[in-house]
Amino acid sequence: MTEHLDGNVLAGPLSELFRDDMTTAIGRCAHCGDVSVLATALVYDAAPGWCVRCHACGDVLMTLVWAGDRLRIDLRGVTALEVGD
Amino acid sequence: MSIFTRGFSGRGRDDNPALPPGQYLTEDFPVLSAGPTPTVDKADWEFTITTETGETHRWNWEQFMALKIDQVDTDIHCVTRWSKLGTSWRGVSLDTLFADVETSAGYTMAHSYGGYTTNVPLDDLLDGKAWIAFEFDGEDLDPEHGGPARLLVPHLYFWKSAKWVRGLTMMENDDPGFWEQNGYHTYGDPWQEQRYW
Repeated sequence: MTEHLDGNVLAGPLSELFRDDMTTAIGRCAHCGDVSVLATALVYDAAPGWCVRCHACGDVLMTLVWAGDRLRIDLRGVTALEVGD
Repeated sequence: MSIFTRGFSGRGRDDNPALPPGQYLTEDFPVLSAGPTPTVDKADWEFTITTETGETHRWNWEQFMALKIDQVDTDIHCVTRWSKLGTSWRGVSLDTLFADVETSAGYTMAHSYGGYTTNVPLDDLLDGKAWIAFEFDGEDLDPEHGGPARLLVPHLYFWKSAKWVRGLTMMENDDPGFWEQNGYHTYGDPWQEQRYW
């Protein structure tokens, strides 16, 4: 079967991923491959943005920006995110 | 009678027509950075302009300091809502640096030591609107503020004035830079309050 579903089917798995404290999520750095919990990252506060860098290589994992009343996240340097007990 | 307070945000633009909308006056010079401050020795420093054909124009510190130097007195406006009026800089005009550059591309990407980038239209760098600044308030530019040299484009929000600038690359299209990829406005005119896209 080659028919696709629409994005609504992701409501379940994505609510699992983003269900609680994301600083305990494990991410993989796209630059050096380091796999660590987000809480170990280096965060540079340049409000209204935050630049989050890999604790191992210093490359950018993600940026977060408060754009008015909307929060934007750019996961440019994260190739995988993992949550679970 | 209701009494409203401005809180601790400083004096607003109602008091000062030099302040763009949504900005407040500061006497400090806040430091905002997306990463660690790079150590750039003037002996190793260079500034380049690379055109769409791949031709690179290059200046080392000695060659750069031999160019015509401008005194620049200007106001600066940060997207985090502070403005600083009457700042004093010395630097080399981009008109001087582009004098022998042949290009038909309309946009530039500024690249910095440390990896930061920001996009600026070429027209906004020319005609006395932008400099590579190396001195602030009569002193060498502090590394925290972008020394040894930073881009200075004071008519746009200050994230466009890239610290630790090392070069400009000409672009046919207005590709987004570091912050412009995630939320910051592609142009950033403080008088139009172009903070975000």
